[in-house]
Amino acid sequence: MSGAGTNSMGRRPLLLSLIDGKGWIFLAVVAAAAVLVPLLNLAVPEGSAFHVPTYVVALLGKYLCYALLALALDLVWGYCGILSLGHGAFFALGGYAMGMYLMRQIGPRGVYANPLLPDFMVFLNWKELPWYWHGFDSFPFAALMVLLVPGLLALVFGWLAFRSRVTGVYLSIMTQAMTFALLLAFFRNDMGFGGNNGLTDFKDILGFNVQAQTTRCALFVATAIALVLGYLVARYMVTSTYGKVLVAIRDAESRTRFLGYRVETYKVVAFVVSAMMAGVAGALYVPQVGIINPSEFSPANSIEAVIWVAVGGRGTLVGAALGAVLVNFGKTYLTGALPEIWLFALGLLFVVVTLFLPKGIVGLLTQKRQQRQEISPRDESLAAEAGIGEAGAVEGGKA
Amino acid sequence: MIPDRGLTNTVLYLDGVSKTFDGFRAINNLALTLEHGEMRAIIGPNGAGKTTMMDIITGKTKPDEGDVYFDGTTDLTTLDEASIANLGIGRKFQKPTVFESHTVADNIRLALKDERGPWSALFGARNRIAPERIEHILEIVRLIDHHERLAADLSHGQKQWLEIGMLLAQDPKLLLVDEPVAGMTDAETADTARLLREIARDHSVVVVEHDMAFVRDLDCKVTVLHEGSVLAEGTIDAVSSNERVIEVYLGR
Amino acid sequence: MVRLFALVLLLVGAFAGRPACAQDLDAALAKLAGASGYAEIDAGVAALAATGSPDALPIIEALGEGRLYVDPQSGVLVLKTADGRTVDAKSGAAVSANAAQLAAVRVNNRVRRAIESSMGALRLVAKDSAVRAAAADAVFKARDPAALPAIDRALARETDAGVKQKLTEAQAAARLMDGATGDADKIAAVAVVSKRGDQDALSLLGAAGAQASPAVKPAIESATATIQSRLALLENVQNVWYGISLGSVLLLAAIGLAITFGVMGIINMAHGEMVMLGAYTTYVVQEASRIYAPGLFGWTLPVAVPLAFLIAGLVGVLIERTVIRYLYGRPLETLLATWGISLILQQAVRSVFGPTNREVGAPSYMSGSFDVFGLSITYGRMWIVLFSLVVFLGLLAVLRGTSFGLKMRAVTQNRRMASSMGIRTPWIDTFAFGLGSGIAGIAGVALAQIDNVSPNLGQGYIIDSFLVVVFGGVGNLWGTLVAALTLGVANKLLEPFAGAVLGKILLLIFIILFIQRRPRGLFAQKGRAVEA
Repeated sequence: MSGAGTNSMGRRPLLLSLIDGKGWIFLAVVAAAAVLVPLLNLAVPEGSAFHVPTYVVALLGKYLCYALLALALDLVWGYCGILSLGHGAFFALGGYAMGMYLMRQIGPRGVYANPLLPDFMVFLNWKELPWYWHGFDSFPFAALMVLLVPGLLALVFGWLAFRSRVTGVYLSIMTQAMTFALLLAFFRNDMGFGGNNGLTDFKDILGFNVQAQTTRCALFVATAIALVLGYLVARYMVTSTYGKVLVAIRDAESRTRFLGYRVETYKVVAFVVSAMMAGVAGALYVPQVGIINPSEFSPANSIEAVIWVAVGGRGTLVGAALGAVLVNFGKTYLTGALPEIWLFALGLLFVVVTLFLPKGIVGLLTQKRQQRQEISPRDESLAAEAGIGEAGAVEGGKA
Repeated sequence: MIPDRGLTNTVLYLDGVSKTFDGFRAINNLALTLEHGEMRAIIGPNGAGKTTMMDIITGKTKPDEGDVYFDGTTDLTTLDEASIANLGIGRKFQKPTVFESHTVADNIRLALKDERGPWSALFGARNRIAPERIEHILEIVRLIDHHERLAADLSHGQKQWLEIGMLLAQDPKLLLVDEPVAGMTDAETADTARLLREIARDHSVVVVEHDMAFVRDLDCKVTVLHEGSVLAEGTIDAVSSNERVIEVYLGR
Repeated sequence: MVRLFALVLLLVGAFAGRPACAQDLDAALAKLAGASGYAEIDAGVAALAATGSPDALPIIEALGEGRLYVDPQSGVLVLKTADGRTVDAKSGAAVSANAAQLAAVRVNNRVRRAIESSMGALRLVAKDSAVRAAAADAVFKARDPAALPAIDRALARETDAGVKQKLTEAQAAARLMDGATGDADKIAAVAVVSKRGDQDALSLLGAAGAQASPAVKPAIESATATIQSRLALLENVQNVWYGISLGSVLLLAAIGLAITFGVMGIINMAHGEMVMLGAYTTYVVQEASRIYAPGLFGWTLPVAVPLAFLIAGLVGVLIERTVIRYLYGRPLETLLATWGISLILQQAVRSVFGPTNREVGAPSYMSGSFDVFGLSITYGRMWIVLFSLVVFLGLLAVLRGTSFGLKMRAVTQNRRMASSMGIRTPWIDTFAFGLGSGIAGIAGVALAQIDNVSPNLGQGYIIDSFLVVVFGGVGNLWGTLVAALTLGVANKLLEPFAGAVLGKILLLIFIILFIQRRPRGLFAQKGRAVEA
């Protein structure tokens, strides 16, 4: 794979040639889902065994949003060693940006029938729309904000943190504090984001009823497309020299610096791109679950996202997406069937994966296959393994 | 800004440099000049301040006081590691530090002198590096047969050479080489000395080393550091007959 | 409030009522005993009140509550005490009287008014100094000029210095509102009130200022300013105390982490759950005490402290031996694994004790409060502050003074060297982790006093704890102490301006920015070892 990035001719090959075997499998599965799930929902009659109920479509859509979030997290954690415990914040900010658009679409159909103000503002006796709510009635503007708001936060936070060489565990704790501060802030009514209850009771998206079967299917397809695009962007990044520098930073930050690379700009770029991806995931999540509230900022959510990546296999991209879908499927099943067991299972998953499955599922499969074919181990998943021990702490104790 | 000390022909100029860690004077009023194209061996017992001196030159540590000039004109104390590296100062660490999860070829590729920005790495020139440049370096450091192997799989000596190769790829004006032969066999050591002499033909080189036989092999001016400052300077024969040097090395 | 209002009414009645003339208590009693109609009873009450005798108060109280009787045989007044004994009204000596023969002294509304009005004045001279002090305070707050004669009388016979001070203040208050009092006396009164210097004094001066003569006004204004600045200072001091109190909570929560994370470098996300285990230990000990030894409730906390240390410490040892041991040198993995453990522990506790809050009671020495220089300090908070300091100093002593502490520091500084000197490094790791966990358990005993004991208890502390340790500088116990107190005090000083939530957010942002300026915290470990 390392040869795929830059071939011997010295020319950057086409994007498609950057995709490896498991990448093609991944793309095929997502594409199949994007076609089959809406088809089985819309075209197959409800009585049929092949019918996919609408709630399942929304559920699968939710999984795909999580997969995109996991992909974003893998880009910074798997390839650059930045363990962000605050990616839920970028996800939630994207979600709120979309939620604000959806709130503005309600118009006079709210309980208080105020043409301009969302219900919760009328309830709080506000007289006019806060300045930061302007523009969100336009979808292109909201879509831009979905990217810009998480991106800007990541830019400011990342620039401050990486410039001062806060790394490893310290960085993780800081990201956690960031999402915790946002959690507290969004709980406040006077922030103007609906406080505790968040934003909900959406009606339309782009003029279509969010509850409608066809809209749900369209949202599912949109999410699948976003996931594919996210994968392609991430894949392009990690196979370029940029990605090699990221891995170099992960493995030996000081060395990379002494080679003349500005480590902080490389990290900031990855962090911002990753935050934007997380924002898109959040934006697609909100219309499908019908609500966004401050609990999305809770530090536990962000840590849960980390375990998706770890289960699937960090530094593999495909594994991160797979892990997100698998863990969330397990969560849906267990919280329904055996609610007391879920936290035990999740907790045990954290322990077992870190102790016995450091490369995750995809890493394990790749290793098995390589052992069978007796090919010298040369895969990112193994590359990632070397990064596991990256202590980080404060830059310094390495050289 | 440029101190008029007739430095223009020095590649490295240190004067009055001091650095204290928690009361411990690691570097004490150190003065050192290196001319263009010169190779210099630096020896000294443990704790003499060799590594701290390297840290100060490469921007990892800021000195408490003193002047550090590169190429006679550039004040290194105000710059960070990346800027200093891009000025043309390459450093090899005491413990071989290569990118273990990259191939040998990729290690060189990342080190090759070229634009360093993320934009270039994503879309630009850095993705179009001619393989001949990499092969050329790998031939010099005799790793051409291993170019597809992961750096992690190399032997200790090979890693040392790979790191020297990365240094060459940077094409620096000044190479700082910290204990290049630690853990090498005698044959490897001799090869390394030859390699460094070769490099020194068109580069300025500072070598920090304990191994006296190796230093003799290098056949260059020697500076002896002790307790953070220069104890003696001269040919290997001159310094090894210097009484104070003998005292420091053999105990008092 | 209602009670205060009622008291004020009585006092006004009492003082406006009758002229003071020295009359014999016996005569008044006789008058009451011989009364043959409401008018005469009324007169008897008035006479009794006019005696100004401390003995009169219980008699009038008894009358008001219908416990005063006339013994028809002797014609002497007797009263039934609250516990049902029959005693002579004047002497308080027990009398044997046939209950059936006793004739209650009857009251009507007019008499009742007389009773009420006389009681305020009588309380000023009551036997119990606490009652007198309370009455004087009530008069101060009522600031009624009509009360002046009664105050003067009470002042003349008062011997208790504390009550005398309160009476003087009450007198000053009444004089300031009295049109007849001269300017010189009023200025003296302002000085007295100014000395008192609390919120009530301030509102009194406000009221007095409105009607003061030009001669008095400047005195009132300067006194008002003095009190205001004093009160502002007091408020700050109070906030600092609240801050110290919060800081001690942070310290308790973080101090165990200062060992596991700060000294050993283990990212223990299950740290909060160790605190929770300590809290639940307290709950179990208290439940056991409720069932088996209700009398020993006060001892539950001293018993819970070592138990919590043991239980949390054992769980810590178990975690170290089974999981963390395999993850040394991989801090991010440790973080994930211990987070998983925290989920398991939470769910385990939820399964055993249920998801709802459990009641942990406060022994008597933990409740109540006392005043220092106008500061109100609750005992519970005070003990927690002291307890956190004791735990901190104890830990410091263990690390500095014991061979275990020495070995532990040796291991964290140079593992290989320590192990080659014969120190069993794996066991030192285990015990150090157990120690950190045990201390978290101890913290749980204290935190159970001020927080809801629920499975989520630990989650609330984990982020704060990490921030405290990081802010203070990893590996530096004193740094943890300073960081905890600084953050606590800063939080409480911010609250009046920013509100609780915003204050917390500001602090979080501050720490994020601070760590970016000084990544190694307030008290960074320095030296070549760190630099290299």
